[in-house]
This record gives sequence, structure tokens and C-alpha cells, in this order.
Amino acid sequence: MSTQTIAGTDVELNDEGFFVHPEQWSDAIGVEIAKAAGIDPMTDRHWQVVHYMRRQYLDTGAAPSIRALGKASGVPVKELYQLFPKGPAKLAAKIAGIPKPRGCI
Amino acid sequence: MVTDRIVVLGAGTGGTLIANRLRRRYADDRMAITVVDQDDRHVYQPGLLFVPFGLLRSDEIVKPRHEQLHDGIVFHQSGVDSVRIADDEVHLSDGSVLGYDVLIVATGAQLLPGETEGMTGPGWMENVFTFYSPEGAAALHRALEQFPGGRLVINVVDMPIKCPVAPLEFAFLADWYFHERGIRDAVEITYVTPLDAAFTKPVAAEALGGLLAEKGIELVTEFNTGEVDGAGGRLVSYDEREVPFDLLVTVPVHGGADFVARSPGLGDDLNFVPTDPHTLQSEAAPNIFVLGDAADVPTSKAGSVTHFEGEVLEENIVRFLASEPLDASFDGHTNCFIETGFHKALLIDFNYDTEPLRGHFPGRAGPMPLLKESRLNHLGKLMFQPLYWHALLPGRGLPGITPAMSMAGKKRPSDEETS
Repeated sequence: MSTQTIAGTDVELNDEGFFVHPEQWSDAIGVEIAKAAGIDPMTDRHWQVVHYMRRQYLDTGAAPSIRALGKASGVPVKELYQLFPKGPAKLAAKIAGIPKPRGCI
Repeated sequence: MVTDRIVVLGAGTGGTLIANRLRRRYADDRMAITVVDQDDRHVYQPGLLFVPFGLLRSDEIVKPRHEQLHDGIVFHQSGVDSVRIADDEVHLSDGSVLGYDVLIVATGAQLLPGETEGMTGPGWMENVFTFYSPEGAAALHRALEQFPGGRLVINVVDMPIKCPVAPLEFAFLADWYFHERGIRDAVEITYVTPLDAAFTKPVAAEALGGLLAEKGIELVTEFNTGEVDGAGGRLVSYDEREVPFDLLVTVPVHGGADFVARSPGLGDDLNFVPTDPHTLQSEAAPNIFVLGDAADVPTSKAGSVTHFEGEVLEENIVRFLASEPLDASFDGHTNCFIETGFHKALLIDFNYDTEPLRGHFPGRAGPMPLLKESRLNHLGKLMFQPLYWHALLPGRGLPGITPAMSMAGKKRPSDEETS
């Protein structure tokens, strides 16, 4: 665990860079994390996914999987990979300031 | 005397064993039990792995569902239209309506090959197969017999899937099969997974990844299949990587039963049913319980899980009907033999909190090594089919194995370093 200052706010991140306290997050922080991951600028489509993930997490206590995102976020899986290269669910969760999506067994 | 009405949806492993357990527990005039299924074919699913290699025929692993149910259980053959949670009713496709005091959802997971672009297009059942259905396994057997050599690709599209070790077992058995046919040198075997390793949990991933390497099977990780191009012989990922194949053995994405989507408040986006992982009570309503693959609990979708859940669920239904707290608790116990070819197998035994570890089973003096190849594990796997029909489905215990996982005989990675 480490404390970092992002967009002027102190936030706690775990070893993999995910938020420990999602309530420390703001849109401005999301922009900074995205920039560090090579996503600049954050488009409306990016925000649609990030806000959907955050809402899902706050409602259900779990970050949605990539398949659930593709079905319910309004952004198809193929586009998710274009918006958030490599691992869309993980990267979007990082930008959204929520814990890592639970891996399946 | 009050007669409780129990409706069980699904007459697979879970539906059958819980109906039989409850029938033994309660007299006929105390409880009416109805089991619903859309067909009368009960498939011994662990047997599907052996069919492509000619070790079992697909007709040897199928029996009528109704014959597995004890006397005094009504078998109603029909599809399910929907569950009306507020009315405590199940509406069936044949138009009948079943009211219930307790509903048990045991409708498992289904294959959804249509959800992956191109999978059921040109090449489906010609050079693109799945062994997760009796028809697919039988068709794949014919294809393997005629396979002249080339690139065999085994692919998991997405998790969760039933029996997450089965595609690995298929890869190991394919290595053995082509050795036996004398053409192993002419076959390139590749295992393609969306996971970042051969398996989800570190100790098992290391052991299984090691076995793949030992057998000359290439491992491609973090591959999220976006498209199957049967005509062109290409597997394409969402981030546009490609794996070429001559023969593709794929495990399609899974989802829960369709009626779940038609039952407001019952399921999640993938039609699995949100369920308390310990009590097995659904989140939808206190009188709806979930058994086996239909539940969203965080453990493997496997028959052993369903078997261990059965004993816990029986206790909790007894308590629920007596208006007592549900204190029977499932720990996520899973136990799987993993065929590795050449008449050997591994064994893994784990739960929600403990990943598959090395050691011995059952207990310290147990004869079966964990996460290590042995002939006895292979014999255990073969012996399991008669146990399935004659002990597991009737709802009896299995010799030497308790529903709660035991740490006896298991070594944690930290123990191994010090020993």
C-alpha cells in the first residue's frame, strides 16, 4: 500500500495501483490516472465506461467483468479494447478509482 | 398436517441430489417434491472429456433423468418460462403453473457459442468443435481420428466455465492420444486462455503450467477471443492478436438458463443467480435457494462443489421450513481429478479461502498425492462414474470426503520453504 498525491489530493493505492478508498476519487483524479496510462484525452465514451463501472461498484460492491461491461455499459467489447488497450476491465477500474474486478475461478 | 411444496428447477447433478436428499428426509405427506427439466437426458458431464479420444462413447454417459429420482418425486418435463418471485409461482413453457413454498434453482450453466463472433459460422463442427456437449464430443472424436497432423488449438473464450480444468485435461490427453497414434511430432498443440497463467490460483497454475511445458504444449495467455474464423483457420483476440489453427477445440462462453432473464429480480447480467456463498439462499427471496452452476458463488462450477453444497442446502432447507436461522455453512470446497494422460492424473482439493496446495489426500496418510501425477488419481477419476450414479445422485456421502474441506495433509507454500 502507498499514499500518492494525484491532482492535488492524497489517495491510498494498493500494490497493483488500485484505490483502497474509492471515496477519495474525483473526475480530475481519473483524468490524471488515465494520462499516466497513455489515455489522453478522456473522451465521452471513456467517461461512459468509467462512470458506469463506478456506479456498478458502488451499487453492488463488485466491479463488473469485461463481458458484463460489454452487455450493460452501452459500449461493445471490441470498442472497450480500443478505448482501454490490453485489459479494459482492469484499466477502467483503475481510472474509476475502484478495486480490481474480481477474477473468476 | 401441512404439506410443504418444494419445486426444483433442473434435474442435473444438483436438482437430482437435493430432491433425493429431501425425499429421504421428509415423509410424502409432509412434503411434495416436483422436479422440472426440459428433457429427460441426464449427462454424466465428467465423461465428456473422454469421448473425443474414444475412451467412452457418448451413449455410455447418458441416462434418463427420471430414473435417477427416488419414488415419491414428481418429474415434470417442460421448459421454464419464468419465476414470479412475488407470487411464489413458476410458470412453465407447457402452460402449467407450479406454486411453491421453497424453490430450488438448479438449472446449471449453458453454452453460448453464438455470443462469440463467427464461432457457429463456417467451420463449426467441421474444424471448430467443443467437447462440452455430447454431440460436440462425438463429432470431435471423428475429427480427431481423421486428423492428419497440424495445429491443434485449445481455447477458453471467457470465464466462468464449467470444470475450469477440463480444457487443460483435454490438452494433456491430446498429447497422449497423438503419441499413441504415432504422430505427436506432426501435431503442434497450443493452449489459449484469457487468464494470465494456466490456471487461476498460483500454486496450481505453476504445477499445471509446468506440465504443459513438459509435454511440449505452447501456452498463450491473456488472450480474449473476439472472433473465430473457421474458414480462415484463425482465432482473433479483441486486441487483434491471432492464433492460427487447423483444428480448434473451444470452450464457448457460459451463461445461466434463459428463464432467469425472463424472471425479474432473479439473476445477474450473465443469468447466474446472486446467492449467499455460505447459506446458498438467493438474494432474490428468502424462499429461493440455488444449487450448483446456476449460482454466482465464487468457486468452480463443478460437480464436486454441487455435491458438497447438497448437504449444506438440505440442512438449511430443513431450518428454513422450521423458521430457524440458516446456520449450515458452505466453505467453497472443491475436489477435482485432473487427467494428465498416460494413465495418470493429478488431484486438487480447495475452498473459498485455501487455494489448491500440494500434499496428500485424504489426510496426511492419504494415498492420493495432491497436485502431483499418479496412477491412483487416474483410477480415482475412472472409479468416479459408478459413484456418481450410485452414491452422489442418490444424495449419499462419498467415502473419506467431508463437505467441509480439511487442511490435514496439505502443505502451504511457506511450509514447503521451511521443510
